[in-house]
Amino acid sequence: MKKVAVVGYGNTKFSTDDIPIESLLLESTKEVFNTTNNLSQDLIDGVIVSTNDNSKYLGAILSELSGIKPKISHTVEHLCSSGTAATVSAFSYIASGLADIILVAGADKSDNPGQVLDWDRSRGEFTRPIYWASMFTKAHKRKFNTTEEELAVVSAKNHKQALDNPHAYSHKAYTIPEIMNSKNITDDLRMLDCSYSCSGSSSILLASEDIAKKFTDSPVWISGIGQKTSSASFTKNDLTNLDTTKSAADIAYNMAKATANEIDVAEIHDAFSICELMAVEDLGLAKKTTGAEFVRNLFNTENRQINPRGGLIGAGHPLGATGISQIVEITQQLQNKAEKRQVSNANKGLVHNMSAAATSSTVLILES
Amino acid sequence: MNKFEEELKKGNFITSECHKCDKIVWPPSEYCDNCFGNVNWRKISENGEIIEWSKKGSDVFCIAEFEKTIRIMGKLNTKNTDAKIGQHIQLSECSFNQGYRFIFM
Repeated sequence: MKKVAVVGYGNTKFSTDDIPIESLLLESTKEVFNTTNNLSQDLIDGVIVSTNDNSKYLGAILSELSGIKPKISHTVEHLCSSGTAATVSAFSYIASGLADIILVAGADKSDNPGQVLDWDRSRGEFTRPIYWASMFTKAHKRKFNTTEEELAVVSAKNHKQALDNPHAYSHKAYTIPEIMNSKNITDDLRMLDCSYSCSGSSSILLASEDIAKKFTDSPVWISGIGQKTSSASFTKNDLTNLDTTKSAADIAYNMAKATANEIDVAEIHDAFSICELMAVEDLGLAKKTTGAEFVRNLFNTENRQINPRGGLIGAGHPLGATGISQIVEITQQLQNKAEKRQVSNANKGLVHNMSAAATSSTVLILES
Repeated sequence: MNKFEEELKKGNFITSECHKCDKIVWPPSEYCDNCFGNVNWRKISENGEIIEWSKKGSDVFCIAEFEKTIRIMGKLNTKNTDAKIGQHIQLSECSFNQGYRFIFM
């Protein structure tokens, strides 16, 4: 199996603007070409698009708009973790030798249809993500005595960290009382504990070990991949554990021959504040029942180890772009190019991306 | 419209089950998720219990479990402002118009 590296990337600003999906994809792709040395269209073997948009044939459309005539071209949809799912597909093509260089472009619009899974009958009329998030939060409060203030710390930290991310949707810091007093969406969810569905796009260029150094002196290797899907229905879930995340993390750590305490920096799927508290524990970054204390300590010490770009809460959540945007951030961190967001001595990073109330998860380990 | 939706539209809450595997097949499906054999359809007991709940405005919404297997989200039709874990409830109304709707009491 060939080694695979991230060798280029591009982001658009995340916003609530109504921008055509093709324009979003093209804009982050243009950034990849503008910032990657020695890249030309004829070198690209594959173009994979990650999106929940209803438009068809976007792999071919993006290829044509970019002047690429790839061997492999298609779309990947897996709700909120489409981005990492598309990346795993691209990785597999390269690792197997079917391709050497693949562009993975993710995008969604703020009104994208990936926010509601119509098929899940078990949700009744409570189809929107705020309802499963309320169930997760209430169950966590009940079982672990988690407080509103502990939840607010996640949001305060991620909004603050997003201030230094030029592509983030939010550029406003909030105090913990402001978050706790923000609008009640439900009794267990404040407005500022939710990520925003955004318009935005992120792209990465993946290359095999044979050619990676043509594009960069510091390729970032994807050394571990773990994925797990337990169901599509939300109501089958345990409400206080991200079981698929635990499984995916085990697989990824095993493949990378790494342990959680070696992770210097991580992008975590904080669709809602409660998700970050659960994920840091289920990824093994904090011991069980200490997630809130762990995150508070990061916030108090201005340690950006978790969600340096601001997470989904601070950066915004253009579903199909999110997983790729997380990979871009960890790549920049491991290349020591994250500017004000830089975590010192970052050699090993983790990406955690999940879908539909953690019914599926992807965990990636990246290394410089 | 599938069988589940046809019946839900009439106000009937039904599930698929596999006699061969002796199991409820949920979410509802045409085939058993274990043996892929044809399923039978039957009404679900109206008696369930609350697994978790929260509130939006004055509406109490919850996950309720039926027959120790089938979990759905619905609105609790109650004058009380709260609910309890394990509280016994009954499915009082279900419907399928543009979406699915379950009401408990």
